[in-house]
Amino acid sequence: MGTVSTNEFKSGLKVMLDGDPCSIVENEFVKPGKGQAFSRVKIRNLKNGRIIERTFKSGDTLEAADVIDVEMQYLYNDGQHWYFMNPENFEQIGADAPAVEDVMKWLKAEDVCMITLWNGVPLAVTPPNTVILKVTETDPGLRGDTSGGGGKPATLETGAVVRVPLFVEIGDLLKVNTRTGEYLSRSKA
Amino acid sequence: MSHEWRPSATLVNLRLRARLLANVRRFFAQREVLEVETPVLYPSTATDPHLHSFATRYTGPGAPASVGGRTLYLQTSPEFAMKRLLAAGSGPIYQLGKAFRDGEAGRRHNPEFTLLEWYRPGCTLADLMVEVDALVRQVVGAALTLGPTQYLSYTDAFIRYLGINPHTASNSDLRQCAARHGITPVVSDGGLAEDERDGWLDLLLTHIIEPQLGREPDQPSGQAATGLDDLAAPLFLFDYPPSQAALARIRPGNPPVAERFELYIQGMELANGYHELGDTTEQRRRFEADNTKRQSLGLPVTPLDERLLAALKAGLPVCCGVAVGIDRLIMLVAGVSTIDDITAFPLAYL
Repeated sequence: MGTVSTNEFKSGLKVMLDGDPCSIVENEFVKPGKGQAFSRVKIRNLKNGRIIERTFKSGDTLEAADVIDVEMQYLYNDGQHWYFMNPENFEQIGADAPAVEDVMKWLKAEDVCMITLWNGVPLAVTPPNTVILKVTETDPGLRGDTSGGGGKPATLETGAVVRVPLFVEIGDLLKVNTRTGEYLSRSKA
Repeated sequence: MSHEWRPSATLVNLRLRARLLANVRRFFAQREVLEVETPVLYPSTATDPHLHSFATRYTGPGAPASVGGRTLYLQTSPEFAMKRLLAAGSGPIYQLGKAFRDGEAGRRHNPEFTLLEWYRPGCTLADLMVEVDALVRQVVGAALTLGPTQYLSYTDAFIRYLGINPHTASNSDLRQCAARHGITPVVSDGGLAEDERDGWLDLLLTHIIEPQLGREPDQPSGQAATGLDDLAAPLFLFDYPPSQAALARIRPGNPPVAERFELYIQGMELANGYHELGDTTEQRRRFEADNTKRQSLGLPVTPLDERLLAALKAGLPVCCGVAVGIDRLIMLVAGVSTIDDITAFPLAYL
């Protein structure tokens, strides 16, 4: 992959640090008028999501990380792997549990997700900002109550549980924000 | 490639810049300090291994291409030429102009910036700190409320904020101190070697001490305050390790110290002053030592300024001098955290 120097550091750049692929969050140039220049960097470990701070001497280099984001369609899971397909070349790839852990409850077949690949292996999966999912379980709806006041839990087809207004019924299709986990609206689609 | 043509700074901030520059000139006019202009393009430049100069070539009458033209450097500060004026009997002088440093861009750095530099023959470093304080207070005027001025030696700063003595601590003490504060410089290709003592001191100063300097006493950074302005107070850090003397005199003693100061306000370095070295032999020795270091680091060697050395030999009046980063002063008054906010066209807008 080659190397990158501190002069090329910018937010979003993918580099190898301590053997793990990382993404630079913030890079600050620090230098006394007369003295050594440093790059003070906030960096996210893409394997565990943790943000750490490191300081480099200006001009130091790091190995670039072969990390790319690809849009792929979710197919199914077999309990061990979650399979995605590249809609352009129909290539299929399986992501393991750690890569989908946080988002598996939003994965619905045919939805297009962003897959972060490190050396061709899925590191992380980002679902669409909003998904439409069917309600499989909730307390009986209160017809006529469209105020949205109050609320109750509803279980969706993927297993996700969201707080919904009282009028929502089993079988309804709901639009949900995957970033906040919040109910947005009922959907006709 | 975007073709954003608009300036980075708002017009409000550009007007503020103009006002501050006018205030600086008024300050020196009142004190009868002579404004001078010296070459931005000069055949020598700073030898300091941490300063990188832009080099360019002049070809034309006086140095035609047939003889290879002449290498001229964009000045990292106007120091050399101004000292030639001082040796010629100019008396107190100041210059307000552009300075250039390759390799420096960030929140507080732009490779081309505005520097105010002035020299006072016959004054002490303490006198000059008082005058810098007066300049800052007059130039910012009512736009920024400043608390009482503080004076802190480099040694006391390390003792106060880190509990170590920068003159006696071993290199490994410095490294461990950084680690205790969660700062572990990455040692990859190059990195900060254990024996780079000044590098470790710079690391501790910039990462831990500096952010706490130039705020009202008893209100260290991170603590809630009523407003940013309430926290601003000039702080002069003085008496540096001799290894960081640059062009300052070294005062013998135990330990010997470089007669040098820096001014901080709200954690930002604003000025760097020296009791100027006038000894031509010592000056040549330091230039050559810098060049030896440059060679070992694979950096270009700087041609020595023989005209400056000749001027020192003829006699530089006993004097002190200081350089003030005008852009940072404008940042403070504008209440912004990046130099791009007060520069019409910074690097990213070229």
